[in-house]
Amino acid sequence: MVAQLTRAERQLSLLILGLLSLCGLVMAAGANDDLFALHGALVLVFAMGLGFLILSSLHAPEPHPGRLAEYYDDPSRVGIVLTMGWALFGLAIGDWVAWMLAYPQLTFDAAWASFGRIRPIHTTAVIFGFGGNALITTSYHVVQRTCRTRLAGQFSPWFVLLGYNLFCLLAVTGYPLGITQSKEYAEPEWYVDLWLCVVWVTYLVLYIRTLARRREPHIYVANWYYLAFIVVVAMLHIINNLAMPVAWNHSRAYSAFAGVQDAMTQWWYGHNAVAFFLTAGFLGMMYYYLPVRAQRPIFSYRMSIISFWGITFMYMWAGSHHLHYTALPHWVQTLGMTFSLILLIPSWGSAANALLTLNGAWHKVRDDATLRFMMVAAIFYGLTTFEGSFMAIRAVNSLSHYTDWTVGHVHAGALGWVALISFGALYSLTPALWGRERMHSAWAVEAHFWLALAGTLIYVFAMWNSGVIQGLMWRTYDTGGTLAYSFVDSLVAMHPYYIARAVGGALFLAGAAIGAWNVWMTIKGPSSASQPAGIDQPLSVLAGE
Amino acid sequence: MFGLHYKLEKHSMALVLGIIFVASIGGLVEIAPLFTIDETVEDAPDLRIYTPLELAGRNIYIREGCYACHSQMIRTLRDEVERYGPYSLAVESKHDHPMQWGSKRTGPDLARIGDKYSDEWQVAHLVDPRAVVPQSIMPSYKFLARTSLRTDDLGLHLTALRRVGVPYTDEMVTNAAADAIAQAGTDGSAGLTARYGEATQARVFDGDPGKVTEMDALVAYLQILGRLTNAAHTNSQPPEE
Repeated sequence: MVAQLTRAERQLSLLILGLLSLCGLVMAAGANDDLFALHGALVLVFAMGLGFLILSSLHAPEPHPGRLAEYYDDPSRVGIVLTMGWALFGLAIGDWVAWMLAYPQLTFDAAWASFGRIRPIHTTAVIFGFGGNALITTSYHVVQRTCRTRLAGQFSPWFVLLGYNLFCLLAVTGYPLGITQSKEYAEPEWYVDLWLCVVWVTYLVLYIRTLARRREPHIYVANWYYLAFIVVVAMLHIINNLAMPVAWNHSRAYSAFAGVQDAMTQWWYGHNAVAFFLTAGFLGMMYYYLPVRAQRPIFSYRMSIISFWGITFMYMWAGSHHLHYTALPHWVQTLGMTFSLILLIPSWGSAANALLTLNGAWHKVRDDATLRFMMVAAIFYGLTTFEGSFMAIRAVNSLSHYTDWTVGHVHAGALGWVALISFGALYSLTPALWGRERMHSAWAVEAHFWLALAGTLIYVFAMWNSGVIQGLMWRTYDTGGTLAYSFVDSLVAMHPYYIARAVGGALFLAGAAIGAWNVWMTIKGPSSASQPAGIDQPLSVLAGE
Repeated sequence: MFGLHYKLEKHSMALVLGIIFVASIGGLVEIAPLFTIDETVEDAPDLRIYTPLELAGRNIYIREGCYACHSQMIRTLRDEVERYGPYSLAVESKHDHPMQWGSKRTGPDLARIGDKYSDEWQVAHLVDPRAVVPQSIMPSYKFLARTSLRTDDLGLHLTALRRVGVPYTDEMVTNAAADAIAQAGTDGSAGLTARYGEATQARVFDGDPGKVTEMDALVAYLQILGRLTNAAHTNSQPPEE
């Protein structure tokens, strides 16, 4: 980590970590509430831990000047390890909460272990921990290869990666303690949000500066998506998290908006966190690793343009479909539904572009589990976006909303699309970054693929069933014209599906555990003389037409 | 069009500005008018604001992540109105920073739970849900009954809320802690009802007059849900079906 930094850069790191320690110290010492003090202490320990790491090699030899002409992959290497760590943690917590819904005594009567506090740990750990780290890691790799240049900074890539992980750490430690602002997928409190702002703006500047150094006239399509991911997530994050703290030294804040305006802002954020975090970023990943792995150019350059701008424009209108039949004015609901339906065109454009790219390489899909991960991810992307547009129709939504169907839909996207494309990308990237010919065990990649696919299918079918049954039971009338089922009746009917869902989750987790072992063994294994083909592909092979 | 893009993708800043412009339109059209169109939020002259104790209870509701399983938004559908009560109006969450409409009903909707069950039922259910509803999968919250409620910072909470638009007066802010203690006790609450209205419910919510606990606060909040205004009950628009 430290070896590639010059002595001046090491001193700069120490200075920043010193400032961060000071922040932690002030938070801990001056806190108005205990939880704020605990988080201050955590910041202090985090910053001092990293500080010691740098101090211990402060006087190591200066790095070789020739490194500036090479790619900068150390942050991506650390990022891969962090990504797999968050994946295991987030999936394990997710499976625990899944079992909790079947067997509620699994909270062990501890305040911190109740469903309401644990569930955001799962969502944050998988979306921001696993997904976010996968995006940062691969974006560093992709932007350098497609621009044929080194990252435009030696220190800032580390600041972004580790600062982002501090954000994740503060978030997931906050919920069990009781620190949350209750906005779904934006639960961290104001001071954690402010920290993420600093990190994210640094990320944007680093990305734009790297693009500016490119030796290719054109910016490759993967970078458009990564760029949209970074820019729009910044917009969403800042506006949805506007809040008034109770005091500068208090963990609690009150959001700037209330009621219907707050609801609309929240789901404008929530749906576009799906669009720009879980879709745009991972499409960027797909647009690089899939064609490179298949050794085929992207099927259609024009289709990528239409899909990109279609997604960027239309997703931002779709959030109000989360609020059908609520107190949100009718005209906003109608707009949300309309745009959600049109959105299917660019979504399927992207999915089709990915699958058509594989034409002529289907034998590779059969033989290579890594490529198969990415192919199945593209299929799940197409299925999930179709389902999403369908569920945005008001009449369908009247049945599906508030039920497990939504949960099934989200997991079809999160497991089937986001996780599978990430694992595919990581299996391409890991051997390349450590100079190995291939992953340690091809058999383990194969086992991971089938466990992940089986787990996803079991999960999604269980939730489709339970969601539709729930929705129907809630609205069924008996012949006398009164509601036929009590709420508890519907709850009892869910029990078998909740068990099936937890089993599906366990299979998915088992696959990820095998994957983590395989990544670790690849890192530990001997380096090989021959590099895997194509991972440092120049742009000419990627661009279609 | 593709020729234009061919040029655009050679300029990183143009691409960034293009993304910002294209991505801003949807939010501007859908969100900004919600602040300016008057009909968005109905008028409800009888709307009360949360007392400090109810606010503290609401913060416990948020802290425990209750919104992950319970909605507070009855949709304009006949079966929902028959199951839960009159459908929710925007004005009912006018002072909710942030709103707790929720997105999932692992448990039932709570928008009209206030006064539906006794305090004793609420406490017994929170302490051990399965003692009251054998099939329930809700976690136990018995620790609330033994945890003292923090009241000394409630004035700061009210001030923060006033800054984002909730009409708390200076007097309310000054008396925040005392009002919270008065509402959950037996020592009289004349000042409290003078400030927050005659309909304010003051009593020992958790069955233990000895101390003000988090259970007092949460039950006080649950018992006020759907009862801050009568607007939804007097609303004459039928549900959509």
